[in-house]
Amino acid sequence: MNVAWPQVGAIARRSLVRTARQPASVIPPLVFPVALMAVNAGGLRSSVDLPGFPTDSFLAFALAVPFIQGALFSTMNAGADLARDIQTGFVNRLSLTALRDWALLTGQLAGVVVLGVVQVLFYLSVGLAAGVDFASGPLGILVLILYGAIVALSFGALGAWLAFRTGSGESIQALFPVLFVFLFISSMNAPRNLIGVGWFRVAATLNPVSYMIECVRSLIITGWDWQALALGFGFVIALGLVSMTLAARALRTRLTRT
Amino acid sequence: MRQTGAGSVAAVEGDNGIVVEQLVREYRKGPRAVDGIDLQVQPGEIYGFLGPNGAGKSTTVHVLTTLLPPTSGTARVGGHDVVKEGPKVRSLIGVALQEAALDPLLTGRDHLRLQATLQGVGKEQRKPRADDLLERVGLADAGDRKVSGYSGGMKRRLDLALALIHQPRILFLDEPTTGLDPQSRTALWEEVARLRREDAVTVFLTTQYLEEADVLADRVGIIDQGKIVAEGTPAALKAEIGRPSVHAIPRRDEDRPAIAQFLLQFGEPLATTRDVAVRLRNGLGLTDIVRAVDQDGVDIVDIELRAPTLDDVFLAKTGRTLEGAAEEAEAEQQEKRVR
Repeated sequence: MNVAWPQVGAIARRSLVRTARQPASVIPPLVFPVALMAVNAGGLRSSVDLPGFPTDSFLAFALAVPFIQGALFSTMNAGADLARDIQTGFVNRLSLTALRDWALLTGQLAGVVVLGVVQVLFYLSVGLAAGVDFASGPLGILVLILYGAIVALSFGALGAWLAFRTGSGESIQALFPVLFVFLFISSMNAPRNLIGVGWFRVAATLNPVSYMIECVRSLIITGWDWQALALGFGFVIALGLVSMTLAARALRTRLTRT
Repeated sequence: MRQTGAGSVAAVEGDNGIVVEQLVREYRKGPRAVDGIDLQVQPGEIYGFLGPNGAGKSTTVHVLTTLLPPTSGTARVGGHDVVKEGPKVRSLIGVALQEAALDPLLTGRDHLRLQATLQGVGKEQRKPRADDLLERVGLADAGDRKVSGYSGGMKRRLDLALALIHQPRILFLDEPTTGLDPQSRTALWEEVARLRREDAVTVFLTTQYLEEADVLADRVGIIDQGKIVAEGTPAALKAEIGRPSVHAIPRRDEDRPAIAQFLLQFGEPLATTRDVAVRLRNGLGLTDIVRAVDQDGVDIVDIELRAPTLDDVFLAKTGRTLEGAAEEAEAEQQEKRVR
């Protein structure tokens, strides 16, 4: 039997066990995005009265945001976990085993994906409990779960790259505000065509995060919008490919074993 | 039976031995951490690699365990080249590095299960092997507790168990007892001795403790500033120094220079911090000195004859004591940090 797949499973299991034993890693990615969504949904409820607003439920409109915000939290957690492993020498311990390089990266990301799916299920449950009607139906919900997994994988790989590259938890933490800027300068709170400030609309249009949010949003409030899906999946898959390539390279440099 | 000397390279090569030739490891912004060392470790032997902090012990271990490529020279572990055959070397060795890098959120048993899987131990063997090792290192009752609650000694013992999970033929232990209490240290020594005795495991052990090298090692290599300055069995190395030393403790500190001068008639002075000492010239004994002390009315609290130790060997080869060398290394590090 190829020994690498059990290795992937073991690394993924460790990642999950670690997270489960740290409530501080589990609760914020679940609670904060939902809390922010609730605040926005309350404060910006009247936005739905604007001509051209795509739905009459701001909650349905805002439900897309936690998907991306939760993924940012996952990026930080995955990166910080790996950076700590490097700093404490745990990666050296792993290097001394028969562990394959790709199995370490894949296992770590598998753990992130499982957590990402748990987060998505939580956000979907909150949405359903709050009465959000999913325009794309049950199949759309499955696509949302799949999309959540890919988003977690792509952002998780970004965190892994930073960890392998810098080996420093502080550097990862420093990136958090930068990623949040991307989230805020996007169409998270208003459709792009309704953004009144010119520079903001341009920035939101150039920002790939807008298309990720709009992909999720389309499945919730529009139904099957193939263009939104293609752009959303396209950007997140492109981010994933770039991040994973960078992470794999940085891992090879980090693991200097012969 | 104990191996008491290095055999031929051919005899060591294909077995569980270690052969190092002209090994050099340079860091980009520093001196040579390892400066052209040669050594051979026989299969089933405990080889003690003794030296102060910063001497090059850990760097040597990192190279031999494939964590660092050498700058030049060759090293073969279990018959495999550490540069060209890294995965094969890793499959043969168990390693406990200086820092027991454990995950505080995992239990001892979690660690063993993870390590067993990563080392390719069969699924059916993982649990019994983990149970056996936990029992053997005295952690059977603590196996299901998170490592964050372990003492330093428990972490070291778990680290040893992890190094043994795949039943390696060669074991590298990098300062395994640093920071341990005497009881934990003795327990670890017993386990290492048992591994060699019952399982014929070859052990490469680095240490800065003379006693540890003396008690455990079949042969000792003494390293200082990246070079091996002496090698042999502890008994042979001490016999090489040959002559015992006499150590006197003055009653008053201000008498030290006078007593040092007085002792010079019996041998060459030794650098010590706590007492005044000389290495005795041939033919002289403690009685000669005691007689002279009485005659001259020298005021001392205590006088003692000491057989040569590995520290004496280190002193004879480097002109410094191990303790002094460690302090020098620490001061150097401090200076670098200030700069």
